[in-house]
Amino acid sequence: MQTQTVKIVVTGPFNSGKTELIRSVSEIDVVSTEKKITSDIEKIKESTTVAMDFGRITVDDDLILFLFGTPGQKRFDFMWEILSEGMLGFIVMVDSTRPETFKEARNILETFHASAPTPYIVAANKQDMADAWDVEDIRLALRLDPAIKILPCIARKKSTVKTVLLELLYAILDEVEGKTEN
Amino acid sequence: MALKGNLRDFSITQLLNLINLAKKSGALYIEGPSDIAQVFFRDGKLTYAQIGQQETSLLQLLLEANKISQTQFNLLTVRTNNLSDKEAGLLFVNSGYVNQSETFKVIEDYLSGIMRSLFTWLDGYFHFEQNELPPAEKIPVRLPLENLIVEGARKIQELDELRAEIPSLEMALKFVDRPGIDINHLNLSPEEWRVISYVNPKNSMQQIAQTTKLDDLQIRKVVYALLQAGLVEIIRPGGVPVALNGKVIPQMNHKEQKSLVDRLIGRIRSI
Repeated sequence: MQTQTVKIVVTGPFNSGKTELIRSVSEIDVVSTEKKITSDIEKIKESTTVAMDFGRITVDDDLILFLFGTPGQKRFDFMWEILSEGMLGFIVMVDSTRPETFKEARNILETFHASAPTPYIVAANKQDMADAWDVEDIRLALRLDPAIKILPCIARKKSTVKTVLLELLYAILDEVEGKTEN
Repeated sequence: MALKGNLRDFSITQLLNLINLAKKSGALYIEGPSDIAQVFFRDGKLTYAQIGQQETSLLQLLLEANKISQTQFNLLTVRTNNLSDKEAGLLFVNSGYVNQSETFKVIEDYLSGIMRSLFTWLDGYFHFEQNELPPAEKIPVRLPLENLIVEGARKIQELDELRAEIPSLEMALKFVDRPGIDINHLNLSPEEWRVISYVNPKNSMQQIAQTTKLDDLQIRKVVYALLQAGLVEIIRPGGVPVALNGKVIPQMNHKEQKSLVDRLIGRIRSI
C-alpha cells in the first residue's frame, strides 16, 4: 500500500521556538535550512530558519506525519501560503516573554487562517521564563476567540509539545465530527 | 506571572483593554519619557491615577471644577490642612459644599484627564503589580474603562500603525458573541454607529467603507476602536470559516478522516 503523508504546520514570529518544538518530537534530525543572521534586529539568536524546518513522525506502516516550520521573518511570508496548502491544521507559536511580537503573531495567525481555514491552536512558549506573560493575558493580547485553545508550552520539553500536538489533533477531530466551526 | 513590556510594542489602549477584559486588580506603573505614572485598578475599573509625584488635592479639584468659590477654597484650605482627601471629602459633603455624586464626578473627570494624557505616551517601560492598592488616603472611584479605551483608540492617528493592526480591508466584521464590556456604558460616535449598522459577516470592511463614504484611514480608525472596545471581531468574508469541502482531508470520506486522526492521536500519545 502507498504510504500516506499528512502535515501540520508550525508558524509564529521570529525566534518564537518553532524549530525547537519540531526538534522535540521529530524522529529524524530536523531538516532545516538555517543560515547566520545578518540583520542587527534579528541578532537574538545565531541562526534562523530561512526556508523551513521539516520534522517527521511515523505513525504506522502507511501513515507519516510531517511537521513543517515556517520562517519567522515577514520577508519570507510568500512561503506561508505554499506551506499551508493541504495541512491538517496549524500551531501558532508565541514567545511569552516578548510582547513586542504579539501583534505580529496575530497577523500571522489571521493570514494563515484566512488562506487555510483549518483548525489551529496557539502555544504560549517559554512559560518557564520569569518574564513570561500569563497565558490568559496573551489570549487577550492576541484577541483570541474563547473557542480557540491557547496552551502553555516549553518547546524543548517533549511533554508540553506532546500536549500541544494532541490538543490540535483533538480540535481536528472535533472538526471532522462536525463539533466546531473554526 | 509578569505583565510587563514597552508601550512601543503594547499601547496604553491595549493595556487598558486587557485589564478591563481580565478584570484585573492592581497597579500599573509606566516609566514615560519624562515622568512616571501610577494607575490603580480594581476588578478592571480605574480607581486612582497619578503622574509624577505631584498630587492634586480634592479641594483643588473642586475649585478647578467651579464647585466651590475662591473664597470657599481659601477658607477650606485652612480647615483641611491636615486632613486626607477622604476626610476632607466627608467634611465638604457634611457641610453642604458639594454632594457625594458631584464629588465623585469631579474625581472621575480628573482621572479621565490623566488617562487622556497617558494616551500620548508612545514609549515607556510598564509593569503591572497584581493586587497592589491605591494610597489609602485617596477617595477610590470605580470608573469603567470602556469609554476611555474607545477614546484612546480614537487618538491613534497614524495610518501605518492602523494598517499594522488591520492589514486587509477585504476581511469582514462580526459582533463578538459575548462582548467583554457593558454596552450600556459605551458612547459611540456617529461614524461608529454608521459602521456598526453594516457589521455583517457578508460585508467586507472595504464595502462598508464605500457605503458609509469613509476613506481607508477613517474605516480603520472606526474598526480599531470597535475592536479595542471588544464589540466586533475580524473574520473572513462570508461568515464563519469552514474547512474546505467540509472535510479535513478532501479526498477522504468522513469515516476515513476520523480513523486517520485517531491513529495520529494514538501515535502522539505514545511518544
